Amino acid sequence: MVVAIAVIRLRDLFAVVMLFGIYSLLSAALFVALAAPDVAFTEAVVGAGISTVLMLATLAMTSRHERRPAHKPWLPLAVVTVTGAFLVYGTLDIPSFGAPDNPVHTHVAPRYLEESGEEIGVPNVVTSVLSSYRGFDTFGETVVVFTAGMGVLVLLGRGRRRRGEEEGEKRDSQGEKEGAA
Amino acid sequence: MDVLGHYNYWIVIFLMMAGLYTVISRGNLVKKIAGLNIFQTSVFIMFISFGYISGSAPPILEDGVTLYSNPLPHVLILTAIVVGVATTALGLALVVRIREAYGTIEEEEIHSQDRDF
Repeated sequence: MVVAIAVIRLRDLFAVVMLFGIYSLLSAALFVALAAPDVAFTEAVVGAGISTVLMLATLAMTSRHERRPAHKPWLPLAVVTVTGAFLVYGTLDIPSFGAPDNPVHTHVAPRYLEESGEEIGVPNVVTSVLSSYRGFDTFGETVVVFTAGMGVLVLLGRGRRRRGEEEGEKRDSQGEKEGAA
Repeated sequence: MDVLGHYNYWIVIFLMMAGLYTVISRGNLVKKIAGLNIFQTSVFIMFISFGYISGSAPPILEDGVTLYSNPLPHVLILTAIVVGVATTALGLALVVRIREAYGTIEEEEIHSQDRDF
């Protein structure tokens, strides 16, 4: 939480990115404490690793400092406080933390835990659910990642090419001038 | 029903609102994306805390362990983390393109340039 506040307060974007990596790593540790080691691995590698590298690459291509915001922050702060208060009010009807009779635990999860060992033969239930019972989800995920990768390539590639063409034209005109001289 | 048993949701809501505040109040586009990521991580924490039962073991089948945490939220969040990074990459690529087109990544300056145009 403290790290999150620091991420908001700081204006030096480089420090923001570093703190964001720390925040991801801390949430990975929290996932270990909540008995979810698979998620913790993914968060540590992907959230703390790849995201940080991507953000650093963006900073390298753009600027490092943030300007002072022009508006007073009172309106957003009020909106956020009101929304948060409603959400806190909403949690009062949710089953409390760690309760075994939470509706989440009474639907398909017991079946996964009881039968997947025999049906799939992999001791890690997360793996067998991910790649067998919900294989189409994982397929959809790879499609999303592929589409995003294509989008990034199209966005960045077009800029490069246009700049390359402009430089090429400049070079051509310079060549003509030199030829005329 | 004890009220304090919901403290995990309150932490999640605090983080979520911190992310939302960053998105709507800050003009810098990289900062906005960092705010979106904070928001996203708060949702991850919410799902994982749904799946936890007090004193439960990780969902890896073992002899002699009877109480496992729920594997289904873990699977969903694994997918969500990877998709989240993909969307973050797309957003950052857009920021780089905006920087190439406008020469700035501050929302105010982009707006004023649009008005002049």
